[in-house]
Amino acid sequence: MKPKHQRLWLAGLAVLAIAGASGLALSGLKDQASFFYAPSDVKKQGLPLGKAVRLGGLVEAGSIKRAADGVTLDFVVTDGAATTPVSFKGIAPDLFREKSGVVAEGQFQPDGGFVATNLLAKHDEKYQPPELAGKLHETRSLKQ
Amino acid sequence: MASLHALANPARFLRLARPLTPAFLLSGVLLTLFGCWAGLTQTPPDYLQGDSVRILYIHVPTAWLGMGGWSGIAIASLSYLVWRHPLARIAARAIALPGAVFAFLCLATGSIWGRPTWGTWWEWDGRLTSMLLLFFVYLAYMALARADADRGGDGRLPAIYGIAGTVLLPIIRYSVVWWNTLHQGESIGLTSSTVDSSMLWPLWFTLSGFTFLFAGIVLMRMRAMLARERREARMRRMAA
Repeated sequence: MKPKHQRLWLAGLAVLAIAGASGLALSGLKDQASFFYAPSDVKKQGLPLGKAVRLGGLVEAGSIKRAADGVTLDFVVTDGAATTPVSFKGIAPDLFREKSGVVAEGQFQPDGGFVATNLLAKHDEKYQPPELAGKLHETRSLKQ
Repeated sequence: MASLHALANPARFLRLARPLTPAFLLSGVLLTLFGCWAGLTQTPPDYLQGDSVRILYIHVPTAWLGMGGWSGIAIASLSYLVWRHPLARIAARAIALPGAVFAFLCLATGSIWGRPTWGTWWEWDGRLTSMLLLFFVYLAYMALARADADRGGDGRLPAIYGIAGTVLLPIIRYSVVWWNTLHQGESIGLTSSTVDSSMLWPLWFTLSGFTFLFAGIVLMRMRAMLARERREARMRRMAA
């Protein structure tokens, strides 16, 4: 075997070993590396009580209710399989709206609700001009 | 492969690189300027984000080059380790600085975009964190390559590091698939895109423009490094 072929084999083996090791590490991280809990995660794993966590999903259509004080919002986060009611007091980002993504920072309550201290808007990967928005969104959500 | 081996000859490389450098830089500047103008004035705003979506014409090319730069370092490192091409070692070192700059620009433009859309400058989600790691990996590579060269090393250590760092690339790419992230999923693929075509087309101009700029900068740096090596060799000959 020529030395350069030997080096090629060695390099290939090293790359495979590194890829395998990081694959193992990543699969171990799978649950810890998520940025937020989805409502159905909580249903499956139980409530992560007593610590600050994030809850993410879509704001359910027609669920946003503004309290009389003007700064308290109540809404429902859904991921299609489960829902969580959320209460938030403060200023929501501009992109916070119904049927759109949201990540809430705060704590779960023993009754299954969530009290948020901060809201982040999460948008999806679809970009389109305003005049197309309604139509495309409808057909896409029908397909899903 | 034969043509690639021919290119590994520094004299032949220089003959090719000399006219290519200004050609790449000029077409890069023109394409980028046109793409930015078109992205700012010729496309509709996004239905949800409004005009802030336009930063995508800068953000996407910087992300592509930040990651593409490391792929270049990895390929050059591999061919240096296996075939010992002296040019491959120089190419890897030449890519590192512009790669780091583009990775940083990707983080900066992403942060500026995140503030009006998500409501935050920075969050430790999978995509953002893995991209920040890539930036640090670039910095460490530059430090390692310089230390190795200063001590007269044979460049094997930075090359091994260059290959090992490649594990970050699939992690960045698939972070939005494997984990819940604040960053949205993949919008632009090879065959399909979830960006409407009326908004997408200037991106091809900025993408190719920044790529030409990147290539021009890398050629420039490679020529400078070759010139320095030649001068040092001549000084050594004169001293002897």
